[in-house]
Amino acid sequence: MNRFDYIRPVSVSEAIAAAAVPGSAYLAAGTNLLDLMKVGTTRPERVIDITRLPGLDRIEWLPDGGVRIAAMVRNSDLAYDERFARTFPAVAEALLSGASAQLRNAATVGGNLMQRTRCAYFHDLASACNRRVAGSGCDARDGENRLHAVLGWSEHCIATHPSDFCVPLVALDALVEVEGPHGAREIPVDLLHALPGATPERETALAPGELVVALRLPAEAADFSGNARYLKLRERTSYAFAVVSAAAALELEGKLIRKARVALGGVAAKPWRAREAEVALTGMPASAEAFAKAAEIALADALPSGDNAFKIELARRIVVRALSLAFEGTPEVMPALPASPFSTTAGAIHVA
Amino acid sequence: MSLSISLTINGQARTVVLDDPRVTLLDLLRERLDLPGTKKGCDRGQCGACTVLVDGRRINSCLSLAASLDGTEVTTIEGLAEGEALHPVQAAFIAHDGFQCGYCTPGQIMSAVGLIKEGHANGDPERIRELMSGNICRCGAYQGITEAILEAQKASTEANRRDAA
Amino acid sequence: MSLDTASPTARRHGSNAGQPLTRRDGLLKVTGRATYAADNHPDGMLYAVTAISRIARGRVTALDVGAARAHAGVVEVLTPANRPPLAHDPDEKMPPFGFRVEVLQDDTVRYVGQPIALVVAETLEAATEAAALLDPQYEIADARTDRSNGDRFGLAAVGIGAPPRTVHGDLAAGLAAATHVTEAEYETPAQYHNAMEPHAVVAEWHGDRVTLDMPNQAMALSCAAYGAYFDIPAENVLIRSPFLGGGFGSKAILNGPQILAILAARMLKRPVKLVLTRTQMYGPVGHRGHTWQKLRIGTDAQGRLTALHHHALCATSSFDEFIEPAANASLPLYDSPAILVEHEGLRLDIGTPGPMRAPGEASGSAALEVAMDEAAVACGMDPLEFRLANYAETEPGTGRPFSSKALRECYLEGAKRFGWAGRPLEPRQMRDENGFLVGWGMGTAVFHCPHFPAEARATLRADGTALVETAGADMGQGAWTALAQIAAEALGLDPDQVEFHSGISTLPDGGIAGGSGHTASAGLALNNAGEDAIAKLAAIATADPASPLFGAGNIGVVARSGRLHRIDDEGRSESYVDILARAGQAEVIGTAKAARDPAIAEAHAMFSHGAVFAEVKVDPDLGQIRATRLVGAFAAGRVINPRLVRSQYFGGMIWGTSFALHEEAVTDRRTGRIMNADLAEYHVPVNADVPSLDAILIEEDDPYVNPLGIKGVGEIGITGTVGAIANAVWHATGVRVRRFPVRIEDLLIARA
Repeated sequence: MNRFDYIRPVSVSEAIAAAAVPGSAYLAAGTNLLDLMKVGTTRPERVIDITRLPGLDRIEWLPDGGVRIAAMVRNSDLAYDERFARTFPAVAEALLSGASAQLRNAATVGGNLMQRTRCAYFHDLASACNRRVAGSGCDARDGENRLHAVLGWSEHCIATHPSDFCVPLVALDALVEVEGPHGAREIPVDLLHALPGATPERETALAPGELVVALRLPAEAADFSGNARYLKLRERTSYAFAVVSAAAALELEGKLIRKARVALGGVAAKPWRAREAEVALTGMPASAEAFAKAAEIALADALPSGDNAFKIELARRIVVRALSLAFEGTPEVMPALPASPFSTTAGAIHVA
Repeated sequence: MSLSISLTINGQARTVVLDDPRVTLLDLLRERLDLPGTKKGCDRGQCGACTVLVDGRRINSCLSLAASLDGTEVTTIEGLAEGEALHPVQAAFIAHDGFQCGYCTPGQIMSAVGLIKEGHANGDPERIRELMSGNICRCGAYQGITEAILEAQKASTEANRRDAA
Repeated sequence: MSLDTASPTARRHGSNAGQPLTRRDGLLKVTGRATYAADNHPDGMLYAVTAISRIARGRVTALDVGAARAHAGVVEVLTPANRPPLAHDPDEKMPPFGFRVEVLQDDTVRYVGQPIALVVAETLEAATEAAALLDPQYEIADARTDRSNGDRFGLAAVGIGAPPRTVHGDLAAGLAAATHVTEAEYETPAQYHNAMEPHAVVAEWHGDRVTLDMPNQAMALSCAAYGAYFDIPAENVLIRSPFLGGGFGSKAILNGPQILAILAARMLKRPVKLVLTRTQMYGPVGHRGHTWQKLRIGTDAQGRLTALHHHALCATSSFDEFIEPAANASLPLYDSPAILVEHEGLRLDIGTPGPMRAPGEASGSAALEVAMDEAAVACGMDPLEFRLANYAETEPGTGRPFSSKALRECYLEGAKRFGWAGRPLEPRQMRDENGFLVGWGMGTAVFHCPHFPAEARATLRADGTALVETAGADMGQGAWTALAQIAAEALGLDPDQVEFHSGISTLPDGGIAGGSGHTASAGLALNNAGEDAIAKLAAIATADPASPLFGAGNIGVVARSGRLHRIDDEGRSESYVDILARAGQAEVIGTAKAARDPAIAEAHAMFSHGAVFAEVKVDPDLGQIRATRLVGAFAAGRVINPRLVRSQYFGGMIWGTSFALHEEAVTDRRTGRIMNADLAEYHVPVNADVPSLDAILIEEDDPYVNPLGIKGVGEIGITGTVGAIANAVWHATGVRVRRFPVRIEDLLIARA
């Protein structure tokens, strides 16, 4: 790790001012940033510790029924917040399926939103990586890429976004509140993470020095609380990143789907909202056929970026399963193995 | 640049002057404060061997900058037993053979103590297995670990009930 | 889990051995007071960090030593340009087990992860960053990374001196006689030991003597080897290894980084600590080599083997040989009139593989047990019935008797506990209440019984307690407990009256902690030392007219509960305390060297056996797998401590689960870089992966394997388990996966 100046501002504005100096990085819990610094992927000259900033550790219910979660709220505090988990169960389940209990105790909401890809070529300084060094090339393209992107990738980058949390967030139209040198603004989480295109080094919509100060879930997102799930396939039962994952949320009237939300994780450089699939489901009676059709639509544009064609079929199947589980209803209690297929009450597709 | 921080470690208030902001809590404990009970297995939050409690919560000390923890209370494996009296989790680990080589054990035990405090496992072995999955044991002592936590959790629930009565 | 403390085994073996005592080192381990190498911190200590190569083959053409030296706190940067000389040529092997090592002898790069410089600094932070600042430049040659571009070669030996090719009978005739030949190829990936404790050393020199705090599975051999490298007598090397944070074979053999740290300490005249990072453990400290194995199994109409052919292509490095003796796993297990096992080497630009928990047997048994399952299917037989039909009553090919073999009991008891009866023959027949596919599979476990020469000392003290000593290694087996139990029994004392010293090289050589042979090897030495001490004590007593035992010299005495008793009249006895007090002696010292009797060894085939039964559940659509239940039944001679033995079996079975479903080093074929060289992406099982384990300890009396009747238990659990799980996956899904680990996409079959 390179030597850096450690700065602990006392207010958001002071933090933003400190970060205006080039070479600065915001430090929250450090569960991602310190790892990147140890590997050498990131070498900030100034580390601005934002964990003590006043007012950034609150969960605040808004008058309209939405919720505002300040950026330094810890993942576990949010996931185990009773009202939050009841209102946005898929988000809580996604949080609890990520990392480990220790990491969730430390990692913050803002940090999770800003986490970087797990692509091994991004972390290997000897490999070419356009995301790490613009214009250097992409060694993942012809490398070991069975877990890489199948949607939204480009010749310049095939990395995926690793967050579980962000998948239900994009499904539920969450927003981030950002403050920066030029003031405050809001960005939908769906627009926060960028697809690589020709500029994979631009990972998010944030401008230099901008700081995520809060996350908001709109009141309408609570309409799905009775039928929302997050499902995640892993290469071991726990403590692993997703091979693919899906969030599904339904608003039902009997068997009729009034509204549907679908998003995928582990398939693209951003959490992938499947809006056309949602449209196809809206107004339809829930059925295996409807879910299968939605899955087809969600993956219609998918293409293998390497040895990962299986992920396309797997993603279809997980969409179907997540929809089936959502239709069955949010479990009364958080499953013992959150988001695992083995925590479900059903191992096969079955739609009433 | 030198930086002074205050920590309460195993109940003892300490002021630490850091000549280097890069020092993690783990390296501070092991290399500068003579508390090597906390172990380094991966240094990247991937194994759990470095688990300690900070303000009562279990975290990976390898991914925490010491400077950032100014003012916190840290509990390590060295601070768990009260004199010669083992913490119930420690005793249960011995009784259930919840370790072999012992290297991941301080992290497993601190994680187990944190898990019981968190109160989300409710005596369910499957929840314990899931919530202990951030602590890798390459020797494969998992079954004993799960049994030890079940027993210690039961003991702690009964103790709480007695206290409340 | 309850332990049957009143088992016949426990009774038969008396008051000490056979008891499920908890670990003697338990208190230290649960309080954080057990000291591992990197926990040491002598005054004035410096930190060393290696810089490693990121290419697989070529040369280092430049290092920015200036930038590294300029970093605050840096004391020295060792490169091939300034590395002090060593007395042993690192490109020569160090007999008997030493490998060629990379210690900055030149600028050649032979694998990714090879040390190319060593930075020493006042702090760990400074040394780590300075190593990164070296920014190596390379001349890169094409890397040989796979079967397609590696160089095949013939072999003189496999494993540690085992024959590469063994023939029994006429394979061609056996195949011709078969009504069916099952033929398939299996692939096992490179795997890395990944002990939780990274390799570490704290080296401190005093003149021409050096003290090394390091985890070490073979102290006496290591002292000799370090002595050779540093041109000092072996006795000038003091190794302290009270606890190893896991070894699994990777801490028995010298490696380059540790030698460099010791060299730096001598050069700088200050203690030096070096701890490998997790990533740095993928290269210079060995691994389980990649294999490609072809099996042909001929069977007749009754389902009996007519021929067994096992060919293994095994990867090794470009500059040294360790060949996984995988095909030899097919030698001792199944009765066949014709057996051919053979190995071929493959040179790749990788670090040299080495022994890793069940070397040979793990990979070989993985392939063999799946092939046997396929053959059973071809014969339309239940896999257990098929194995019983081919049960070897004597060692196949040689006809030698087994020193003991309770495998049949393992099969039957394991099957009973598991509930194997009624398993449908066809795959994809079982579902659980939630719709998951359920499969049951089984495999046979086998592991040989090596015995290493060892020495020990037992001192009976005037207060009636004893001190027993041997330079053994505890890497989690529970050696401190089991060995103390053996010594206590020999001395006629309770284990808590016996002080046990080990883990330091100045003690009598405890032999190698490997090959599942440590308890038997060091244990026999301790037993014999104890018996020697008792014999000396008896000589004092029986020659002393004041002793009730006077004159019993010819009749003999027995030691029990701190007293010697006349064999023919147990009422006549005297305590050790009284005997020594009257003799005016502070102590009597017994010593012993122990080794296996070569004649008995030659006359018998010696193996531990077992049977493992596995249940897996597979999501029918999504392909995710969970090994929901494992039952193993093992027969391994006399059990010294059932609590610890069960833990060893569990550990082995979890390694088997890992082999079958999780672990694999993923190498970029272009560069030879391991792209998952950490613990986040190199998956080993977590707690949630092993919901239910059961191990049955089958009684077995073995009068030949060694005088104590002890076989090994540390490695056998892997064997059998890998096949059992893979076969259960087939049984659940109908998909036969022949490449390990089984992956989600392997099971992503088209939906009906």
